[in-house]
Amino acid sequence: MHDSLSLFLRRVLFMIRKELITTLRDPKSQIILILPVLVQGFLYGYVANYNLDEAPYAVLDQSRSKYSVELVSKFDGSGLFKRARTLSNATQIADCIDSGDTVMVLTIGPEFAKQIASGQSAPIQVITDGRNTMTSGVVAGYASAIVANYNSELQNNQNLIDVKSITWYNPNQLTHWGFLASLLPMMSLSQIMMLAGLSVAREREDGTFEQLLVTPLGPIEILIGKAVPPILIGLAQCTLVLMLSVFWFKVKFVGSLATLYLTLLIFLISCVGIGLSISAISSSMQQVMVYNFVVLMPIMLLSGMSTPVRNMPEVLQYITYINPLRFAIEAVRRIYLEGATLGIIAPDFIPMVIVAAVTMPTAGWLFRHKLS
Amino acid sequence: MQPAYVVETEQLSKFFKDKASKTQITALTDLNIKIEKGKLTALIGPDGAGKTTLMRMICGLMVPSEGKLTVLGRDITDRPQLVQNLLSYMPQKFGLYEDLTCQENMNLYADLHGVPQDVRKERFAKLLHMTGLAPFTGRLAGKLSGGMKQKLGLACTLVRSPSLLLLDEPTVGVDPLSRRELWEILKQLVSDEHISVLVSTAYMDEAAMCQHIIMLNHGKVLANETPEALLDVARGLCFVAATPPGIPARNLQAALLDDKENVIDAVPESGNVRFTVHSTDCIEKLAALKAFPGLQTWPVDVSLEDSFMMLLKKSETDPDDSPEFSLEYNKMPERSDQVLIEVRDLVRKFGDFIAVNNTSFQVHKGEIFGLLGPNGAGKSTTFKMLCGLLPATSGVLSVAGMDLRTARAQARANVGYVAQKFSMYANMSVKQNLRFFGGVYGLEPRHLNERIEEVMREFNLTSVAQKSAGDLPGGYKQRLSMAVGLIHRPPILFLDEPTSGIDPVARRTFWRQITAFAAAGTTIIITTHFMEEAEYCDRIMIQDQGKMIILGTPEHVRKEGGNSRTMNEAFISIVETNRNAGT
Repeated sequence: MHDSLSLFLRRVLFMIRKELITTLRDPKSQIILILPVLVQGFLYGYVANYNLDEAPYAVLDQSRSKYSVELVSKFDGSGLFKRARTLSNATQIADCIDSGDTVMVLTIGPEFAKQIASGQSAPIQVITDGRNTMTSGVVAGYASAIVANYNSELQNNQNLIDVKSITWYNPNQLTHWGFLASLLPMMSLSQIMMLAGLSVAREREDGTFEQLLVTPLGPIEILIGKAVPPILIGLAQCTLVLMLSVFWFKVKFVGSLATLYLTLLIFLISCVGIGLSISAISSSMQQVMVYNFVVLMPIMLLSGMSTPVRNMPEVLQYITYINPLRFAIEAVRRIYLEGATLGIIAPDFIPMVIVAAVTMPTAGWLFRHKLS
Repeated sequence: MQPAYVVETEQLSKFFKDKASKTQITALTDLNIKIEKGKLTALIGPDGAGKTTLMRMICGLMVPSEGKLTVLGRDITDRPQLVQNLLSYMPQKFGLYEDLTCQENMNLYADLHGVPQDVRKERFAKLLHMTGLAPFTGRLAGKLSGGMKQKLGLACTLVRSPSLLLLDEPTVGVDPLSRRELWEILKQLVSDEHISVLVSTAYMDEAAMCQHIIMLNHGKVLANETPEALLDVARGLCFVAATPPGIPARNLQAALLDDKENVIDAVPESGNVRFTVHSTDCIEKLAALKAFPGLQTWPVDVSLEDSFMMLLKKSETDPDDSPEFSLEYNKMPERSDQVLIEVRDLVRKFGDFIAVNNTSFQVHKGEIFGLLGPNGAGKSTTFKMLCGLLPATSGVLSVAGMDLRTARAQARANVGYVAQKFSMYANMSVKQNLRFFGGVYGLEPRHLNERIEEVMREFNLTSVAQKSAGDLPGGYKQRLSMAVGLIHRPPILFLDEPTSGIDPVARRTFWRQITAFAAAGTTIIITTHFMEEAEYCDRIMIQDQGKMIILGTPEHVRKEGGNSRTMNEAFISIVETNRNAGT
């Protein structure tokens, strides 16, 4: 018994070593494993950002009064907006938005000063570009905040209710915080699916897979040998993104590293299962690429990374339960930003473990039984 | 006036850049040849000699690096399209559309070549009659046998009547019967339509049917003569040695082949060994006489193969660094009745296509067992099932006493496997490959290093131990594959088409190794589409169209095949008798 176990372990180790050598010996593949991680890390850190600074806007001030000048200066001085145009009549509004030169047009009516002076409510108009709902929402929000501020100033700070909102875990509401945390599982998902996916298909193309199948290696040994190297590489890539996020973008990691890595490990096992299953049914690398594309797209969309799962149609919400990425992102965000403990995120493991438990044996079985 | 030559070359050379090693590879150097009009010219030479490169240059698919190439009276580099309109080229792997019927394939090629409708009818009828494909016009090209596919390819190439026809190894892997039929067509084309044909071939019996032979090796012309003149090279130097009773012919062949001082080439033939010598007095000094006192030899008629091998061996200047495998030539093999491999009623279907039909055979310990047949006969499928790479549809399969259905891993541990295609990990070094395979075959860590050193010595791989397997030259690749196959000292060795695509000299060296392994007690199962390689085997099975058509010793097969002299003739005779009996 002891002998057969040590033989088993030895074979698995030889498999793992071979996989690592074939993946890493080529300098080209070393670059492929590191460069995209860095590029995506920087891109997400800098580009994936819903926050606006110095958004260009236009003003049509028909009031030309002390009040209107004060209000406009609040906008100009906020740092959030930057005046791009000053309009003289309403016909110019359409061009400002249509040309995309400004994201907002602020119109102050001729009655503005009179209405304030008489203590009436004084409406102003904010026109935003609805072609990009995301920006238009943010801009409108900023505008009402500035107006509310001015409002209370006018009333000598006699607001009865003052909303002071604090966003926990991301006090300045920086969107790239959330994105960088989700990038950990997302990045490794796409890389691992590719690595695991290509590993068997490449061997089939090269003819080495048959040479492997005629050895006494059993399906479990091949499976473990094929699964461990992509997982190790995936974990290394996650570490890279984590360091980038913590040291470069200064997003503070508040959780426990052990919990984070355990989560990533479980997630990666489920990804490798999917990748190897795809690999086992494909007869060429091209086929793997196509399958990967078809599978990755919905996984990403249904993950809740950029659009909340709660907004999806109910049927799709149920489907997200078989999406390991959804739970990985949820868990990683919470560990990273909130410091959630193992006990809190443990339920997220269940769907991932189930996916792994189905895909891994399937892949192992398919190695030998692929329909020919 | 029409020129007398269809192809003329002056100092023609072609170089390639090897991207990996950044070195220049010479495919052809300073070629000066003339190919006569209206004749059937053969282009022979080992793989990599430059045959395909020359063909592709003639039809304007490649530009010469240096020198002048005139085809049909025009400089090919000038206006290739003008020449291409007058010639037809059939590459090694002809582009048949497998999902179209024979008729549709022919229509397509006729459309591509702009053959007018009124000409088509007559032309098609003639081609279909000539190729014997008339009854199969409605069949999908993908469902044709290898020989029929080649005939259809030829028909598609000939949809218009070219001035020059170029055929690149049209008969590789095609069964002997179809080969004979294809050559009948070629001869008819030359005599009826006065087409000039240049055909490259690996079979000497085919070259013998041509009016002129050009032989290439390493990009240089070795011979440029008529078959008669080429025969003179080895005339009077060909002999046959009688195999002493109880000794396999391959042992005597090995003894003769190893005697490089006297013998140029030796090959088993009809149970005896055919060999060529440097001069007639060598016959007295044969080293084989020591191992086999009283060895009988007698002179025989020269064949083209003898001349070919003689020229080839003489032109090889590189020192032979292939490993030597010692062999006691005159040791009687231990015959054993122990059945190592048992196959009973084996069937494999792919959908409604029966790839292997009701095949049964046994392989005994210490035998060389050959699975022979043309491409598509079912030997690869049979072989894959034996190796456990493909489940059988029905039937019993046991290897080394273990049922392949229930104890596959244990059965596999007893088997070494060398695939047809090089299938080592290309970006791992020779040593890493050996270590990996040794490891997964379960060699003890302390024995593993020792064994790796041992096989590297045995196969002369020590000097390339750290090189990536993918960068090795062809000969080394095959040695590495063999070394991996034997790393765990398996009692059984499976070899899938090991000799396809390697040159004749390397084939001799390869079989010399196999002879040594067999003498050391390894049981060997080998597939090959070279019928004459059956002579190295103890027993053979010939398959055709999924059916086992004969099983027995080479002698038995030749006898059944109407007392034929060669395996090719035996095959043709057996298949014809079988097919006639079937209808």
